[in-house]
Amino acid sequence: MNTGNSGSSLETEGLNAETEKAPFRKLGSYSNTTATLALAKASFRSIMRSPSAVVFTLAFPLIFILVFGFLGGGGTRIDVGVTPGSDISNPVITMLSKTGMIRLVMDKSRADFDKLLEKGNIDAMIDVHRKVNSAAYSVNVVYTSASRDKGGILKSVLNNVFYDKTLKPSVAEIKENTIVGREYKTIDFILPGQLGFSLLSTGVFGTAFVFLSLRQTLVIKRFFATPVKRSSIVIGEGIARIGFALIGALFIILIGHFFFGFTLVHGVATVINMLLLATMGIIVFMGFGFIISGIAKNESMVPPISNIVTLPQFLLSGTFFSIEAFPSWLQPISRALPLTYLNDAMRKVAFEGLGLWDVKFQIMILLIWGIGIYAVAVKVFKWE
Amino acid sequence: MEIKKAIISVKDLVKKYDDFVAVQGLSFEVYENEIFGLLGPNGAGKTTTLEIIETLRDKTSGEIIVDGFSVDKQAQDIKQIIGVQLQAAGYYPNLNLIELIELFAGLYGANIKPMEMLEKVNLQDKAKAKYKALSGGQKQRFSIATTLINQPKIIFLDEPTTGLDPQARRNLWDLITEIRNAGTTVVITTHYMDEAEQLCDRVAFVERGQIIALDTPDNLIDNLVNSGFERKKEVKKANLEDVFINLTGKEWRE
Repeated sequence: MNTGNSGSSLETEGLNAETEKAPFRKLGSYSNTTATLALAKASFRSIMRSPSAVVFTLAFPLIFILVFGFLGGGGTRIDVGVTPGSDISNPVITMLSKTGMIRLVMDKSRADFDKLLEKGNIDAMIDVHRKVNSAAYSVNVVYTSASRDKGGILKSVLNNVFYDKTLKPSVAEIKENTIVGREYKTIDFILPGQLGFSLLSTGVFGTAFVFLSLRQTLVIKRFFATPVKRSSIVIGEGIARIGFALIGALFIILIGHFFFGFTLVHGVATVINMLLLATMGIIVFMGFGFIISGIAKNESMVPPISNIVTLPQFLLSGTFFSIEAFPSWLQPISRALPLTYLNDAMRKVAFEGLGLWDVKFQIMILLIWGIGIYAVAVKVFKWE
Repeated sequence: MEIKKAIISVKDLVKKYDDFVAVQGLSFEVYENEIFGLLGPNGAGKTTTLEIIETLRDKTSGEIIVDGFSVDKQAQDIKQIIGVQLQAAGYYPNLNLIELIELFAGLYGANIKPMEMLEKVNLQDKAKAKYKALSGGQKQRFSIATTLINQPKIIFLDEPTTGLDPQARRNLWDLITEIRNAGTTVVITTHYMDEAEQLCDRVAFVERGQIIALDTPDNLIDNLVNSGFERKKEVKKANLEDVFINLTGKEWRE
C-alpha cells in the first residue's frame, strides 16, 4: 500500500537529494584534532560529574591530609646528644643548629647519653670529628628505637645538610648506626604521598572503568562508525584524565600549602615541577588502567584487579610510611614499584627544592615502567 | 518503474567466524533514496551484513561498494557519508543530549547546531536530559538524530523499533519516512513484517546467511497469493493492533 506512494515520490526526492548533498562533500577537510578535542571535552565533563572520580581524586587524599596534617602538626623538636670529645666547631654541627629544629645536648658523659638514648629522652647521638690526615669530617650518628620518628626526621635533615654543596667537599663520609624511622611525619611527607596515591587511583580506576564501560555499552563501536581515529579516542580520553588529575593535584597542593604549611621551596616553580611529575605519573598509571580494561570481563572485575595494582603501592610505596621503615625483605618490593619513585621525586622536589633534572633517576624508573606497561597494554587492550 | 541507481552494491559477501559461517554469498543492491529492509530471524546474518557495510567489521570475501567507495580501501570515505544506529548501543555516560550531539559533531567534523538536530527528532524538550533517562522511543529517536549529524547519504537502522509500543513505533515510522523524503537512503532491519510492509520500498529476506527473496513487499505478497497460498483464518478488515491504536489513540506519549 505504501509502495505506490513512494514510487511517485522517488523522482521528486531524487532532485532534493542532489541539492542537499552539495555542501558536505569536502572529505579532505576532516580534522583529527577537532575530533580529539571533542572527545577530551566530553570525557572531562563526564569525569567531573562522576562521583567516584571526585571522591578518589580529591576527597580521599584531602581526608588523609587533614588527619595527618593535624596529627603531625609543626613544632617538632629533636634532641641530639653530642658525644663528648666531638669537634664542636665543625660545619656539620653549625648547620644542624641553624635548622632551628634540632636542639643540641652537650656536657654529658657518654654513659649518660646511652641511658637517655635508651629511654628516648634524646632522639639521637651524633659524633663528628676530623678524619686523620684529611680536611674531611667523619660523622657518626646513633639513633634509637625509642624515638623512631624523630630519628627519621634527623636522618633526612642530615641528608639535606650533606646535600648542601658548600659542605660537600669537607664531609667525606656519614656513618649511620641506624635504627630506621620515618622520614617525616609532617605534611611534607604525607602530602606528596597522598598526591601520588590520588594520581594512581585516578589513573588506574578511572581509565579501567571508562574504557571497559565504553566498550561494553558499544559507545566505542558507535565511535568507530564515525571517521574518528583510534588514537584520537585514546588521546582525547588521556587529555581529559590528565587535565582532571592535574586540577586535583593543584587543589591538593594549594590546600596543603595554605592550610597545613606544606613546604614549597621555590614557590610556583616547585608547583610546576610537581605538576610535571604528576603528569608523568598519571600517564604511567593510566597504562595500568588500559591493561585492566582489557583483562576485565565485566565491571565488577575492575575493582578487584585494580586493587591488586593500587593497594600494594598504596601500602608499600611510602604513601604513609617511609619505605625504610619496612623489613629489609620487603624493601626490594617497595623499590620495584613505580609509585615509590613518584613519591620520592615529589618529596625531593617539594621539600628539598630539587629540580626535575636532579630527580632524573626517579623519572627514568617511571619511564621504564611506562614503556613496560604500555607494551603490555598494546597487547591486551580490547576495542570491542 | 524507471531504472534506479544503486547506492550500495554487495556482491558475494562471505563472513566466517572460526568454524561458523554467518554470511554465505550475499548479493544485493540498495537503490538511492529508498527504504530498504533486511528481514529475517535472529542470527540470520542481518546485523553482521550491516556492520560489514558500515565498515565496523571485516569481511571474509566479497565486494562492497558504497556510493562509489570500496569498503576495503575507502572505509574512511564511507564513514563520512553514512549514519549508523547500532542495536542496543549506549552513549557516553554523564552527558546530556546537547553535549552528546556536540561530541558527535566533533567526531564527524560537522558544523551543526545541536538544538536543531534535536528539533529534527522532536527532542528539544529533553535537551538537558541524560540519555539513560529517556523512554525507549525517545532513545531511538535520539539515536537517529546522531545518525543525521554528518548529513549522511545513507543511514543504517538496526532494529530501531524493537521493544517500542505501537504508538512509539508509528511515530518512528513517520520520522524515518521524513528522513527518506529529505533525500536520505535508509537501510533498516526489523522483525516486524507489518512494519516492513508499511515502511520499506523493497525488502530482502535473509536466512542462514543467504538472501532467499528480494522484492517490493507488494510483489512478494502477490507472488505468494498467486502460488495458491491462503491464510487459514479469514482475514478481517482490522487486526488487534488497529484495535489497540483505536482504543488508546494515535498520539504518542513520552
